Amino acid sequence: MDQIILQFLNGLDKGSAYALIALGLTLIFGTLGVVNFAHGALFMIGAFCAVTVQRILTLSTVVEDPTKTDFLGNPAKISTPYVESWFGPEMGAALIDWSVPLAIVFAIPIMVALGFIMERGLIKHFYKRPHADQILVTFGLAIVLQEVIKAFYGANPIPTGAPEVFRGSFDFGVLIGFDPNAIIYPYWRMVYFAFAAVIIGAVFAFLQFTTFGMVVRAGMADRETVGLLGINIDRRFTIMFGIAAAVAGLAGVMYAPINSPNYHMGMDFLVLSFVVVVVGGMGSLPGAVLAGFLLGILEAFASMNEVKAIFPGIDQIIIYVVAIIIILTRPRGLMGRKGVMEE
Amino acid sequence: MSNSNFTRRGVLKTGSIAGAGLALPTYLSAAAHSGFTNAPTGDTVTLGFNVPQSGPYADEGADELRAFELAVEHLNGQGDGGMMSTFSSKVLDGTGIMGKKVDFVTGDTQTKSDAARASAKSMIEKDGAIMISGGSSSGVAVAVQGLCQEAGVIFMAGLTHSNDTTGKDKKANGFRHFFNAYMSAAALAPVLEQLYGTDRRAYHLTADYTWGWTQEESIAAATEALGWDTVEKVRTPLAATDFSSYIAPVLNSGADVLVLNHYGGNMVNSLTNAVQFGLREKQANGKNFEIVVPLYSELMAKGAGRNIAGIVGSQNWDWKLENEKGDRYAGTNAFVKSFGEKYGFPPSQAAQTCYAQTLLYADAVTRAGSFNPCAVVEALEGFEFDGLGNGPTLYRAGDHQCFKDVVVVRGKENPENEFDLVEIVEVTPTEQVTYPVDHPMFSGGALGSCNPGA
Amino acid sequence: MLGLTKKDFTLFVVVIVMVALAPFLLNPFPQGSSLAQMFNAGYPDLMQRFVIFGILVIGFNILFGLTGYLSFGHAAFLGVGSYSAVWMFKLLGMNVIPGILLSMVVAGIFALAIGYVSLRRSGIYFSILTLAFAQMSYNLAYSVLGNPSSNFNLTNGETGLQLLLTDPRILGQSTTPDGSLPVTNFFGIAMRDSYELRLGDWLFTFNAGYYLCGIIMLISFYISIRIFRSPFGMMLRAVKSNQQRMNYTGLNTKPYTLAAFVISGVYAGLAGGLLSSMDPLAGAERMHWTASGEIVIMAILGGVGTLIGPILGAGFNEYFKNILSKINDSVLHQWLGFLPDGIEDFLVTIIHPFVGKGWHLTLGLLFMIVIIFLPGGLVEGGKRLGGMITGRTRRSAKAEAKQRNHPAE
Repeated sequence: MDQIILQFLNGLDKGSAYALIALGLTLIFGTLGVVNFAHGALFMIGAFCAVTVQRILTLSTVVEDPTKTDFLGNPAKISTPYVESWFGPEMGAALIDWSVPLAIVFAIPIMVALGFIMERGLIKHFYKRPHADQILVTFGLAIVLQEVIKAFYGANPIPTGAPEVFRGSFDFGVLIGFDPNAIIYPYWRMVYFAFAAVIIGAVFAFLQFTTFGMVVRAGMADRETVGLLGINIDRRFTIMFGIAAAVAGLAGVMYAPINSPNYHMGMDFLVLSFVVVVVGGMGSLPGAVLAGFLLGILEAFASMNEVKAIFPGIDQIIIYVVAIIIILTRPRGLMGRKGVMEE
Repeated sequence: MSNSNFTRRGVLKTGSIAGAGLALPTYLSAAAHSGFTNAPTGDTVTLGFNVPQSGPYADEGADELRAFELAVEHLNGQGDGGMMSTFSSKVLDGTGIMGKKVDFVTGDTQTKSDAARASAKSMIEKDGAIMISGGSSSGVAVAVQGLCQEAGVIFMAGLTHSNDTTGKDKKANGFRHFFNAYMSAAALAPVLEQLYGTDRRAYHLTADYTWGWTQEESIAAATEALGWDTVEKVRTPLAATDFSSYIAPVLNSGADVLVLNHYGGNMVNSLTNAVQFGLREKQANGKNFEIVVPLYSELMAKGAGRNIAGIVGSQNWDWKLENEKGDRYAGTNAFVKSFGEKYGFPPSQAAQTCYAQTLLYADAVTRAGSFNPCAVVEALEGFEFDGLGNGPTLYRAGDHQCFKDVVVVRGKENPENEFDLVEIVEVTPTEQVTYPVDHPMFSGGALGSCNPGA
Repeated sequence: MLGLTKKDFTLFVVVIVMVALAPFLLNPFPQGSSLAQMFNAGYPDLMQRFVIFGILVIGFNILFGLTGYLSFGHAAFLGVGSYSAVWMFKLLGMNVIPGILLSMVVAGIFALAIGYVSLRRSGIYFSILTLAFAQMSYNLAYSVLGNPSSNFNLTNGETGLQLLLTDPRILGQSTTPDGSLPVTNFFGIAMRDSYELRLGDWLFTFNAGYYLCGIIMLISFYISIRIFRSPFGMMLRAVKSNQQRMNYTGLNTKPYTLAAFVISGVYAGLAGGLLSSMDPLAGAERMHWTASGEIVIMAILGGVGTLIGPILGAGFNEYFKNILSKINDSVLHQWLGFLPDGIEDFLVTIIHPFVGKGWHLTLGLLFMIVIIFLPGGLVEGGKRLGGMITGRTRRSAKAEAKQRNHPAE
């Protein structure tokens, strides 16, 4: 029992990452009708925003210390971060410690701007092109973006820790009457789950309760009519692209402490998130979120030793097995609309 | 067509004997008649450095490439000569190899067997490389080693740690300087006993591919010999990025040691996840919970950041070896100095093994007096040397594996700078990590006979 | 002639000539020059890849170009074909023909099974189904099906399925008398055998394996032309333009699309079998989704739905992949050595990020440029070029391309 609860928690956490990425993908697909293979790269760039903020905060003055030597026998260079010399060692250290949450503030404008540039500079010209062309051009863009990141940051993962207070894990089991250590869960993963819930809620509320969101929803359903009503739908769609990029980027920022960011993390998530979107049903936002959590939880259950003993290797393929079953039993995924991407 | 020069080989020649199924390998070279593949004809000799330049191991590949370039520089008499001055064999004189200037070509293995073979093939077929070296994973090493055997060139393995490279997949034309999973286990066992005692229960998480399996087998065998129990061996998908669902059940499984048989990005992620779950601060069976990572590199330590602190593992070599453990490890400082002065940071173990392999190849050619792979094989088999940073070393004839001391390291609690991530705990002497050629973990293959190609 | 229209026949002859003369065409620079080291592609391995990937993409184009069904898991058939062929070399003997035949049969059976299920859906749902099947094959081949210590080692995991000295090879020999592995051959002609022709400073290599692959590629190409021009091909195009309408007329389109899927799967299996015949090691990476993606890229780069496009796309992709990754700084210095030092260093610094370890970046940029500016792929590029020479306006060529290139999804 404790195992099942534990894996359920794990699944929620995996699922929240899938759901966030799939949500952004669906926003872009639903509004613009573009299959964006560069979405994983946006997630990756978000994570590197966290890395960059950490780098900026640890920019240092370098002084030679003649009493110590480095590995070649030259005087050692001692570096002190500027923030520590400006705000005092304690405040400075705290700032560096909190670099990931701080990166959120930094990432939003960057991701939105990147989204605008992508949409206006490239995607716009592909609205009328076949989906295969869209896939190829965004895939090319994804390669270019990740190679640029690799050129600047290298291929090695870069450790980007969570703030000190969120390290370690919380013992859930004791709360609900299990032995100590039976169900433990890291604080930062709980933060990630809560964060994902807030973002998902915010996106839905925005679409549901604002005039802007109403127009966009109308545009998703019937772009032509909305255009005929004299509403500038293009500009709103550009903004939606920016929002989707920001959602992917924020998912990446907060993911940085969970796994050290590296340049190909976007590609690692890309295929999975497409499977999630399609399982959820093309163009359906609730479907994407639902499918994200569903696949996350099933993946966690499949990695249990008891399950693997019955089906060896099931954890390697569970996502795909589930995807095949769902697509075959529900022709348009869980909540897909008729006629979207079916021809 | 007056000056056309038909080199008659190939189709006609083999066509006649191949009917009996005896088709000889006939890779091409400018000088086919010299009796072996890609015999150097001009005043240069070409070596092929096949390292991962894209994919997750690209940084490790870049470090290997730096070492190769440095080795070529030293062989050609530029720079300060590095380990050539401390190397026990003194035949290398800085005039290239046997008077021929060393030239090199590079390629990208992408850490995929297919791509690595294609890249090595183009080096052999197009650029006339006479030796291939490099690589950062065992799958690639085994695949390229097989290719070199068929093509008739020498393969000097780079970083490859699986038992299979010089075990069931060993080849006469292939040589490995790097240590292997068995040696890691043998070197770690006494240190683990000393640090954590003999009454421990281990939980293995293993990357589900060849290298992971051999390391799991080796470590489990060595720790069980100490008296440890193995609670569970769990395979994780290579493509996994989030290990939470594999880590979460560990604490409640009755285990008090977690062994991570992961490499590269897998290891960085699984260790980060394990520390996130707070395993290091927990108690199990009345003891502190411990994590062991049997093999990790400097780059992995860097990727894991402060999570690596206190984690015990093994290495082929470390740049502090001579300073801390004395001049048994001569060569280390000379290499660190020339590498550090050229690139600004200390070399990794991958760099050291690649540098040493290049010098060993050049030295063997010179001692043999020929580039013929069979002569080189003969010169390397049973070769005993010293002064390349690892102490006295033997290239065993039976399986083409180097035998030398193994370094046991631990992640530093408070690293002074970004290069100083590990501390040396112990150096396990050669005798303790040596095993017979026919050890069961290495059985099932044969060296075969050396192949000079054309 | 040969049942082809005059235009198609001319194209076929051009391709025959290109394949036959490739060793000359791909080695334009004299041996040993720095330009040769950079740009010459006339060595056996790469020439073989050109034609083998040509076959693969020709087959993919029969499915995607004609029916519009975008398979995102085609690499699975390539992988399955490769493994089948290597198994034949391990069990039966080193003649490539049984291996190639088996690889086609097995890939065909796989394609029939996967196609039967996947074709129940269309559009992106179809693509994801094929992707899911391929990724499952890849993951299983890499781990569970490839554990050397288990009794069921079908793929040999990460290392890839390779020949061993202990393989039975009942029709051949396990080991040659001198203790090495026997080599793959076509009734005695070893695939790796080559014939070298030296003309002055130029060295041309005529490789037996390449010509075998080349002939098979020509046959595949011929069959593909016939399919394109047949009533069957017409039917597939009709499916592409409006499947619903076809169904309303009471016609069941599924047998046609399934046939196209199986044919293209067999082509992929054939390509896999040939890859193994040229180099008997089959790695699981061949089935990874990026490999499937690469097939799509090659098809679109060349020009979807055109006859010659797949060959151009495959050649373009393989050429740049192999050439760019091998350029390093010292090659650049050699190449630019004639310039004054300052300019030379400057240029090397500029080019450096785009070659060697940066080859992915250049390839990504090239994809984007082609797809942005040439919606019909390289074929359209050729047409525009031809149009400029013959004086046709660019606009009409473009309009034509647009028409031809109607939604290819």
